[in-house]
Amino acid sequence: MTRAAPRPAERQAERDAVLATLTGTVPYNRLLGVRFDRLGDELTGRLPFREGLIGNPLLPAIHGGVTGSFLEITALMQLAWDQVLAAMDAGGEAAERIAAGKFPPFPKTIDITIDYLRPGRPRETFARAQVQKTGRRVANLHVEAWQDSRARPIAMLRGNFLMPGPGGG
Amino acid sequence: MTASDDTPGDDAAGLDRTGKLHLTRAAPDGEGEPITGLPFSREIGMRLHRAEDGVAVVSVPYDERLVGDPETGVLHGGVITALLDTACGWAVMATAVKLKSTATLDLRIDYMRPATVGETVFSRAECYRLTRSIGFARAVAYHSDPNDPVATAQGAFILDRADDTEGHPR
Repeated sequence: MTRAAPRPAERQAERDAVLATLTGTVPYNRLLGVRFDRLGDELTGRLPFREGLIGNPLLPAIHGGVTGSFLEITALMQLAWDQVLAAMDAGGEAAERIAAGKFPPFPKTIDITIDYLRPGRPRETFARAQVQKTGRRVANLHVEAWQDSRARPIAMLRGNFLMPGPGGG
Repeated sequence: MTASDDTPGDDAAGLDRTGKLHLTRAAPDGEGEPITGLPFSREIGMRLHRAEDGVAVVSVPYDERLVGDPETGVLHGGVITALLDTACGWAVMATAVKLKSTATLDLRIDYMRPATVGETVFSRAECYRLTRSIGFARAVAYHSDPNDPVATAQGAFILDRADDTEGHPR
């Protein structure tokens, strides 16, 4: 590495840019309009409302498939981001690959259970994932989505994900 | 968009302005009809192929906008979730009981294999049990052979019965 260590503010801006690039590599993220904010290593997914996301126009309510997708996207992005952060921190070749926009493969969903607690109203939705366990092959996550109040989730997901790499598939 | 803008025509499936499910009895597994009454289903090109006797068949065509893995071009798992959820909900609506609407309570999905790039995904769902308040449904997502599934799902759906005047405690 010949590059000088970036100053903290530059480092944060670089990480924001990498996160935005990673998010944008997935076409379905772009279709839904999902973005991610970051505080430390924790991501917050943001799904701005638009008419095309509605399932039931009479209520109106966001399509359950959209909310379910958003939860699954948040889980996959948190796992992918953890890998990207590890590579950036490792420096050397791993960090160079990330800087060049070459990301590790995404984990694969094995199974998920979604609980729908409240209808998704026509406004922005947020989601955060908690990694309950990461093993060599499988990670278990719990994701919650909410709108007005973090304490009043509209939906929750529990799921198992197959990690890429030698241990996983 | 308002509900009245969204009222489907005779050749389309969806909820009409009174909230009643509107569908034509398409030939089983035929070409189907576009689901125009549900904006997101319309946006991703879902079609309804069958909805009768507690069974529904819904499809989503392959589309590059729906890709989850940019390396392989495989559809995002969330697309399969949306398909299975829609098919299960429709199977519940297509039972003999008159319902105003239904909403997903929970849905469990197992992913068996990646969807094949370039191919339409179908989902066949059946509502196998109804109680006063809940419909139980299961579904399979596949390309051409339901015995070679991309994913399977099982879920519970809360019923809003047409004969309930007080609405559902939800």
